[in-house]
Amino acid sequence: MVGCLADVVEDQFSRIFKDLGLKSFAFFPPRESTQRIVVGPKTKYLLAQPFLTDTARFLENMGAQRIAAPFPLGVEGTEKWFLAAARELGVSNDVFEKVIAPQRDRANKSLEPHREILKGKSIFFFPDSQLEIPLARYLNRELGMNLMEVGVPYLHRQHMAEELAMLDPKTQLSEGQNVENQLDRCRAQQPDMVVCGLGLANPLEAEGFTTKWSIELVFTPIQGFNQAADLAELFARPLTRKSKLMMVEEV
Amino acid sequence: MKLTLWTYEGPPHVGAMRIATAMEKVHYVLHAPQGDTYADLLFTMIERMKKRPPVTYTTFQARDLGSDTAELFKDAARSAYARFKPDLLMVGASCTAELIQDDPGGLAAALDLPVPILPLELPAYQKKENWGAAETFYQMVRLLGQQFILAPGQTRPARKPDAKPTCNILGPTALGFRHRDDVEEISRLLRELGIEVNVVAPLGANPADIARLHEADFNVNLYPETANTAATWMTRNFGQPSTKAIPIGFKGTQAFITEVCQLAGIECDVQKFSQSSKARWYALSVDSTYLTNKRVFIFGDATHAIAAAKVAAHEMGFKVVGLGTYSRELAREVRETAEQLGLEAMITDDYLEVEARIAELQPELILGTQMERHIAKRLQIPCAVISSPVHVQDFPARYSPQMGFEGACVLFDSWVHPLMMGLEEHLIGMFRGDFEFHEGAMPSHLGHASTPIKVDVEQLPANIKPANGVPSWETDAEKELNKIPFFVRGKARRNTERYAAEQGLLSITLETLYDAKAHFKS
Repeated sequence: MVGCLADVVEDQFSRIFKDLGLKSFAFFPPRESTQRIVVGPKTKYLLAQPFLTDTARFLENMGAQRIAAPFPLGVEGTEKWFLAAARELGVSNDVFEKVIAPQRDRANKSLEPHREILKGKSIFFFPDSQLEIPLARYLNRELGMNLMEVGVPYLHRQHMAEELAMLDPKTQLSEGQNVENQLDRCRAQQPDMVVCGLGLANPLEAEGFTTKWSIELVFTPIQGFNQAADLAELFARPLTRKSKLMMVEEV
Repeated sequence: MKLTLWTYEGPPHVGAMRIATAMEKVHYVLHAPQGDTYADLLFTMIERMKKRPPVTYTTFQARDLGSDTAELFKDAARSAYARFKPDLLMVGASCTAELIQDDPGGLAAALDLPVPILPLELPAYQKKENWGAAETFYQMVRLLGQQFILAPGQTRPARKPDAKPTCNILGPTALGFRHRDDVEEISRLLRELGIEVNVVAPLGANPADIARLHEADFNVNLYPETANTAATWMTRNFGQPSTKAIPIGFKGTQAFITEVCQLAGIECDVQKFSQSSKARWYALSVDSTYLTNKRVFIFGDATHAIAAAKVAAHEMGFKVVGLGTYSRELAREVRETAEQLGLEAMITDDYLEVEARIAELQPELILGTQMERHIAKRLQIPCAVISSPVHVQDFPARYSPQMGFEGACVLFDSWVHPLMMGLEEHLIGMFRGDFEFHEGAMPSHLGHASTPIKVDVEQLPANIKPANGVPSWETDAEKELNKIPFFVRGKARRNTERYAAEQGLLSITLETLYDAKAHFKS
């Protein structure tokens, strides 16, 4: 598993891999810098983060092979991420279902209140964290949000292939940054929520937009089944806040 | 009567002292034993007043009790008048002197002094400080205003068309929490709206000003704890309406502007007055998103507790998890606000009860009085002071109102300051075990960055520990809990235990922890 994850997420993933019957697995980078990870032609790797182009290239130069999968964001993304590994490593459907089903069902249930808040709301992504495509896929498919523009700093078509296949084909993708033009498009489309960096968030709030600053998505444990609702909550929170603060005082 | 180490309110004669001390040309002769002179230092030390309160104590001693304490009182009243030459003399007894039943009112009247005498009967064993202040102010307004009472059937003459609307500001006292700054802020606001302030009382007023109260078109009831009784009497007898909105918070101030403009019969553009509010923008700005649904416990006098609850819920976006007051006179109003927030109000003057509730609720922020500040310190929970009783540090040197638009900014700053910054919370989540952003780190802007925080229920003293009978934690689950950032761990622990108890589980496993998490999300 390649890409930094919070300890709590790593531990959950370890337990799931153990339950699936995997004997030898490791997280890279390791938790302790003194821990050695051996990589060779028999190594398969799964990307846990979408911004690891160079790391992936190095690993492949050492003979490791990537297991193509979507990213472990949201219930569906997490399940498919584990499923890709399970298929590749010969875990039976029965075992997979037995291990994953309770996790999936519990996680799906935990999304419900957030779905009520987010469903039908439109969202516009400025390019920032590189997590935009998996997030857009999750918000659209599991929480019912409408995708407007999804901007990414750069688009790695190979690493994103599984994600793009799940993304609503009508979605407007944009790669790279042209902030003035993106701001024009955002203002023209008037989304219910804008995902952007902290350089844009307050100015957009002052214009009346509701924003979600994207770097928090990198700080917070958002991967995996148990964190799917936390991720939804990060998007629901600015809307909840707006509605709380817009109440008018009565005399 | 219940003996306790600390109380939210003093006896009612301290309330009377707060009126006398706030005013000019008033003197209070208090039949009281020697020890009761301690009350002076409330004003001279806590409020840093440069002059002693205008109070003469009879200071009788145990040996006087056999002799004529009434004569002692008369001497004290006579010489107080001769020395201070007040325009009005207040007379009364402290709790201890009440028991010897000397009738200070009657004794003072018999002295035939050339100024009005205000006899105060303040039942020390049934009533408390705020009631004493309200009763004193009311009695004074009545005594000096009786000749202006409208005859039955008579209505107040309409304001002359060219005259500016006028109002009185009622309620500010000595030792009031930010009263001086509030009066300045609200006076300025009223002036900007085109409303003239006739009299501010009791703070800064003299007896002649009290006699002019009837001249204003309406009253601004700024502190209902002190001014309700007088304002109600003036509505009935002078035909003066009185405000209900309390200008605390951005929205409270907007509502106040709307109400005073309506009472003054003038047009006003609330938006124009409020558009430059920094407090509003700060609350809406993205850095404040992390404040959303932070769990807050609120306790104070009724007016400040109610206002704080509204500001917390509707302006800061906090989740109010507890609301209470020690003001029994205004308990109904606090209950109503609590109900609107889906809570049951806590009405008590026992700080130990408050402490137990706080320990049980594990809030992320406490907004309270000096007493809650101590509790917060003990339980190591961030806290800001919003109400009397307050201590010396709550009389800041700088201008720091609680009311009006500037007051809303003060609330924002002083409530957010004790909390860890949103980004810093994340850093601690990311760098667990780091020397700077470790588990037990305090908010870095508060200094003492390495002082550990333990909000560990197990370590609480027995009297404030939550009820026993919680399911036990398995080692794995306990370990997992410790991976959750400390500022939500208390809540996670509580929710999990509640869930386990509801499910009838005897022990909490790793799965119980995540089942509970999913349960409380949905």
